[in-house]
Amino acid sequence: MKEYTYTEKKDTRSGFGAGLLEVGKNNPEVVALCADLTGSLMMNAFKDAFPERFFQVGIAEANMMGIAAGLTIGGKIPFTGTFANFSTGRVYDQIRQSIAYSGKNVKICASHAGLTLGEDGATHQILEDIGMMKMLPHMTVVVPCDYNQTRAATLAVADVVGPVYLRFGRPKVPNFTPADQVFEIGKAIVLNEGTDVSIFATGHLVWEALEAGKALYAEGVSAEIINIHTIKPFDVEAVLQSVRKTGCAVSAEEHQLHGGLGESLARVFAGGYPVPLEMVAVMDRFGESGKPADLMKKYGLDAAHIVKAAKRVLARK
Amino acid sequence: MNEIEKLKAVATQVRRDVLRMVYGTRSGHPGGPLGCAELFTALYFSVLKHEPGKFSIDGRGEDLFFLSNGHLAAGWYSVLARSGYFDKSELATHRHIDSRLQGHPATEEGLPGIRVASGSLGQGLSVACGAALTKKLNGDPRLVYCLMGDGEQQEGQIWEAAMFAAAKKIDNLIGIVDYNGQQIDGPVDEVLPLGDLGKKYESFGWQVIELNGNVMEEVLARLEKAASLCGRKQPVMILMRTEMGHGVDFMTGTHEWHGKSPDDEQFKRALDQLEETLGDY
Repeated sequence: MKEYTYTEKKDTRSGFGAGLLEVGKNNPEVVALCADLTGSLMMNAFKDAFPERFFQVGIAEANMMGIAAGLTIGGKIPFTGTFANFSTGRVYDQIRQSIAYSGKNVKICASHAGLTLGEDGATHQILEDIGMMKMLPHMTVVVPCDYNQTRAATLAVADVVGPVYLRFGRPKVPNFTPADQVFEIGKAIVLNEGTDVSIFATGHLVWEALEAGKALYAEGVSAEIINIHTIKPFDVEAVLQSVRKTGCAVSAEEHQLHGGLGESLARVFAGGYPVPLEMVAVMDRFGESGKPADLMKKYGLDAAHIVKAAKRVLARK
Repeated sequence: MNEIEKLKAVATQVRRDVLRMVYGTRSGHPGGPLGCAELFTALYFSVLKHEPGKFSIDGRGEDLFFLSNGHLAAGWYSVLARSGYFDKSELATHRHIDSRLQGHPATEEGLPGIRVASGSLGQGLSVACGAALTKKLNGDPRLVYCLMGDGEQQEGQIWEAAMFAAAKKIDNLIGIVDYNGQQIDGPVDEVLPLGDLGKKYESFGWQVIELNGNVMEEVLARLEKAASLCGRKQPVMILMRTEMGHGVDFMTGTHEWHGKSPDDEQFKRALDQLEETLGDY
């Protein structure tokens, strides 16, 4: 079992901010829009470097999505930035019609996703966004796990022609992905090989899955840990390859049970290779105010809960 | 035939096309496009700087037109076909399965002339703002036009875009409101009155001009005026008074024909009022 270490905890949104500045330098067609959350999205570096390519649209997210769609007409590559809640549910029809159905090259960059937004509470803690976005034809859905991976993902999505949903978050989490790792959209990463159970995790839950793997190893269970950083297109081959070996699976995500990574896995398993699956997710309820770590524990989204889920699924093999 | 007479003849054929397309599938929206036939014709046969035979979504170096009220699709399809974006025979596929002429405009099937899907209302002006900004960034001097409905002005997103366009001094943008006073449930003044729409846009920072949209001479002159108002650090809004259903006596001035097809007898009566000027598709 490989031990993952990190030198510091960093927020994924800062990885986005760093990546955005780089794509701005690399490609003069890249433009950015923000709906009054420039600081929260870490977009100030881009704004300062390229003021003529940055558009403050005010608190008007629907308009922002339409403007972004329009900016693509003539070759711009717009990156929109606001909280995940306002990037998806608030503007679903605008994304559906003007961006996804119209095949527009817009990158919807969504911060503060999930419970780890913390104290602001359930109004802002969207837990349904992955489901909404993965249902849209043409949409690519990317959920990186740490600072380095978010930075790399931001560079990668700039090269995708078509709409992308890029989901990241607010809290500082272990930054363990190698800084030079190239982000390959749609290609799952096996972080640890194992033979007893496959743990598929996305976003902030990837680190928790690694911690869970360590705890399971201490108890004699060999867990395969896989980072599913792209929800769509889904790496079906990597998923099947793993469960053919282990025979059971756990999903782990900061998202509702309905519509998330777990359901994408269930679809694959039901479609041809049935194996038992336990889902670590929010169980069809809204969040609440609190410290991010406390919320993750209360809602069952930490390493300890992944270990429990692994034991449950092992018992079902 | 002088230029105006030619354009009027095209508009009459557009009206025939609209009725035949809607009747052809017994579904669609005849009222709005009948009222906007002069505008569609003036834009595509006189005003727009465009290259129908070399369509690209990007439209660099061309004027762009966006139809925010996508249910006017039949009228738009007619002028797109007849100005050379695709063969007019394809109009016969309108709203049928496997067609590029969807019930509301779409890019999915690759129909030349369409740059964004529309139909769910309130989104076009935002898209037009973005396209106009890209023209500025690209140093492209051409203009962006966006047609909206008057009932559509009830959508909040329109006013987000209105605020944005004025604040960002998007002065290569011409909005047009099809001010026919009708929407699906009845007169706009009964469903949800718009108040003084001109003053609203003026107070948002737009230059506002009005025109009678069913008089070709006036449409051409006022569109020219609107273009001349561009480049003055303010967007331009045209309040275009039209009659829904214009050109067919029993369809005129009522919301009844917003979204339904004529029956056999009504279809015949309607076509009898519209000369076949360019040859039916």
